[in-house]
Amino acid sequence: MAAPALELHDVRKSFGRTAIINGVNLSIRPGERHAIIGPNGAGKSTLFNLISGRFGVTSGRIDLHGESINGLEPEIINRMGLARSFQITNIFARMSVYENVRCAVLWSQGYKYSFWHRIDALEGVRERTGEIVDRIGMAKRRDRMAGVLTYAEQRALEIGVTIAGGANVILLDEPTAGMSRSETDEAVELIRKVTEGRTLIMVEHDMSVVFNLADRISVLVYGEVIASGTPQEIRGNKAVQEAYLGTEQH
Amino acid sequence: MTPVLSARRIVFWGAVALAFAAMPLIFSQSFALSMLSQMGIAIIFALSYNMLLGQTGLLSFGHAVYFGLGAFFCAHALNLIGAGKFWFPVTLVPLIGGVAGLVFGLLFGFVTTRRAGTPFAMISLGIAEMVASSALMFTAFFGGEGGIATNRAVGKAFLGISYGAQIQVYYLIAGWCLVCMMAMFALTWTPLGRMANAVRDNPERAKFVGYNTTRVRWLMMSLASFFAGIGGGLAAINYEIVTAETLGLVASGNVVLMAFIGGIGHFWGPIIGAVLVTLLQSALSNYTQAWLLYFGLFFLVIIMFSPGGIANLIALHKPAWNARLLRRLAPSYAIAAVAGAIMLFGFFALIEMIYHYEAKEMSSKAFSYFGLTLDPMQARYWIATAIVLVTGMTLIYGVRSVVGRAWENLTVELQRKGVV
Repeated sequence: MAAPALELHDVRKSFGRTAIINGVNLSIRPGERHAIIGPNGAGKSTLFNLISGRFGVTSGRIDLHGESINGLEPEIINRMGLARSFQITNIFARMSVYENVRCAVLWSQGYKYSFWHRIDALEGVRERTGEIVDRIGMAKRRDRMAGVLTYAEQRALEIGVTIAGGANVILLDEPTAGMSRSETDEAVELIRKVTEGRTLIMVEHDMSVVFNLADRISVLVYGEVIASGTPQEIRGNKAVQEAYLGTEQH
Repeated sequence: MTPVLSARRIVFWGAVALAFAAMPLIFSQSFALSMLSQMGIAIIFALSYNMLLGQTGLLSFGHAVYFGLGAFFCAHALNLIGAGKFWFPVTLVPLIGGVAGLVFGLLFGFVTTRRAGTPFAMISLGIAEMVASSALMFTAFFGGEGGIATNRAVGKAFLGISYGAQIQVYYLIAGWCLVCMMAMFALTWTPLGRMANAVRDNPERAKFVGYNTTRVRWLMMSLASFFAGIGGGLAAINYEIVTAETLGLVASGNVVLMAFIGGIGHFWGPIIGAVLVTLLQSALSNYTQAWLLYFGLFFLVIIMFSPGGIANLIALHKPAWNARLLRRLAPSYAIAAVAGAIMLFGFFALIEMIYHYEAKEMSSKAFSYFGLTLDPMQARYWIATAIVLVTGMTLIYGVRSVVGRAWENLTVELQRKGVV
């Protein structure tokens, strides 16, 4: 059996004396779409910050494709094939849509810190960037400054920037938060399309999105995974209903 | 593959080269020639500084360190060449300054670029202080108070070029200035150049697309120091003396002013700033001893009324220019210019009156001012000055709405045309 795409072993995180993550174990198979749900303050975003290297773990181990990524810088983890989006839109606001995506493409195309290549002459970069811009449906907006896009467009761009580097493990933090029904439906289609053949882990509050997209779901409450399973199993789980679904039915 | 230089670029840079070549023919006086040389050096220095401030978002208060170290290394190189201990064409000596700048940029930058924002600014200030004080301690290398004197005409004359004459030095500077401008402009359109902008705008996102932000800052700083060093090398050749002032805090502050006055948001901004500041510093000081005061006020006015500098002011007019509607603004601008001239006339008169009133001369404190004779010991001159100043200020106040209305009408027109 292939190594899990991502595996967490007894991961803990405390800020001072406040424990936020209390021993999380997770194993996510390659190609799986995995949703992490849980009430506000359960530690979902913190968990993402630990996995993506924004924070270091207090104890425990995180493996990406069977290799430990403990203590690595975010850029190193990104180069190993893990990319993330942010709950609050985090793009290059003063750059165009095209430039935003291009920044995310450059490293994976091997140009790194080059100051001897003229950027407009890089065919591979141009092709790949154009392809991503098309795929997120922003071809008509490609020269627009990211800061002036609508909220839904910015969210789509955020996803574009996240997938552009070709990472095979994608973390999306509340990709549909703040969207209208129709915008959410479009976002779900987009996520489905762009994560085809990759491993997706997402934090999401909208239960229709979760049950629509996810192959498996983990429920995080007070920094612990209280249940993990298929959507059916999670729906039928008593503890989950009590802790979460019962009180926050969408 | 798209060609490295498009036809448009070749025409553009060709035009710049021609302008550089033609300058000494238009301004042939010796003082103009030395000012032009100074401008060329300042342009390289200011552009290299903007690689940090404008492009990477690093506010440095110690950029003259790299300029100055480049200058010292070049002065020593020239002296070694002169003593016959070392052979190197004088034309390429600025490159030695560039390498010195690069090495020290790599060295100091390794420490400073671990932080951005205010900590970076403070550490850069600390390093500037450290190097400036070392300059007075290590007299063998820095020459102490007297600095290091050198002679640029040490090489064998090649096709009659020995760099003895200022005109030859001007062309040397102009040539290096053109090459550096092209290189620094090209750099903005490379992966590193683009990622520098990304790190400036959103360092966190830059990390999550695979970039080490410290590395990006470090590389940009090292390259900026390289170009600053070339500028310093040219300064050593131009002045034939390098003192501790060359790498001091005043010089570091000066380049900040150039960049801000010109505008840090545009590649061309610092060029405007460098030209203007050099002009003001050498021309203004010929006319009045209060020039530093005017210079400070000028900086203040720019920062308050056009924080994006002069380049931004120009860029603001671009849509109107493209739509061929710029002349709509001309009448209101002409009125504003007259009002401004009256106000400045009164303001300068007031400053000069105060200055001469305070002056030491006992016999007469009268002085000439634009062909008039003003005497600060007589009340009527003070009254007249006050009237002119107040009139000018009132006019300016009134003219603001005229300019504002012209802009409003223009904006409506541009929107109607769908330009903005």
